[in-house]
Amino acid sequence: MPELIKVGMADYKVGRAPDSLISYGLGSCVGIALYDSMTKIGGLSHIMLPDSKQARSAENPAKFADTALPLMLDEMMKLGASKSRITAKIAGGAQMFTFANATDIMRVGERNAEAVRAVLRKLDIRIIADDTGGNYGRTVELKLDAGKYRIKTINQGEKEL
Amino acid sequence: MERLSDDMLKLSTLQLDALREVGNVGAGNAATALSQIINQKIDMTVPQVAIMPLGEVPDVVGGPDAMVAGVYLRVFGAAPSSILFLLPRDSAFYLVDMLMGRQEGYTTSLSSMDESALMEIGNILAGAYLNALSYFTNMTMLPSIPALAMDMAGAILSVILAQLGQMGDHALVIETEFTTDSNGVKGHFFLIPDPGSLSTILAAIGVKE
Repeated sequence: MPELIKVGMADYKVGRAPDSLISYGLGSCVGIALYDSMTKIGGLSHIMLPDSKQARSAENPAKFADTALPLMLDEMMKLGASKSRITAKIAGGAQMFTFANATDIMRVGERNAEAVRAVLRKLDIRIIADDTGGNYGRTVELKLDAGKYRIKTINQGEKEL
Repeated sequence: MERLSDDMLKLSTLQLDALREVGNVGAGNAATALSQIINQKIDMTVPQVAIMPLGEVPDVVGGPDAMVAGVYLRVFGAAPSSILFLLPRDSAFYLVDMLMGRQEGYTTSLSSMDESALMEIGNILAGAYLNALSYFTNMTMLPSIPALAMDMAGAILSVILAQLGQMGDHALVIETEFTTDSNGVKGHFFLIPDPGSLSTILAAIGVKE
């Protein structure tokens, strides 16, 4: 039986086909799906903040784009994935509330998405699908049998990247 | 054991009791205000003061993908904080029907007028809550203009959790549950002090170590 592996906020998980990885209710957070289509090994990371170096407490590396992604990539490679084949699909990074004088923290979704793109560029991983921004929440699921990334929303429907 | 570095994890029983009492008075005021607006008796639970891992906060309101309406306000003053009033979708519709004098069950999606009404409710509740808190602490605490979102609980909470996440991995949440007699409205009221604000509040209520 294929398993549905849950990834919490500020966490990441790796797995292989026929399982799926799912993370519920992303708002300003970004869900990064990495996938190796040959070995069907993948990982899903649910980051909350862009940069561990700007935080006072950085004990949980899975919380930040800059620290979570290299660690998840390592774990995928330990399972047998090859870095040269791994591609990324990203979703999330919404701005849930609109204030007239939006402070930096209100724009955290946008900053998260920017940071994720920069980290992936540095890791030399190509982004092949990007569904970030907007003002709505997303539930994301990475299906490891074919690498499809399914995005569910409440008012914007459902799609598969 | 998980390593816990956040200051807030060192709270004593006395401090937790004091925070619960602050929550009690604030929420009592807010419940009275809400009760007068909708002309129904409101029951409220004794506030829960919980220190929980950030990722677990959405579980309080039915999980990260539960559909909720959230009214969010920032609190300015000596102890900056966030206030969030969360209602399950059906409760939000019911509340709007009551406020707008419509038949129960009429509303199935929110017009901009409905949204304004919900934000105004958030405003009134936050004002009532903060009035009590100001009186208690002798500090000025003022709410911002409210913002509203109707979406997944996790997505709504992520905004506040991201703020807290820069300081630590846990949130101190003072949470009160409201219900009407008729069970038509059920809501959660959260006061989430910014990390630095906690010690300010504790000092003001005289229970700082």
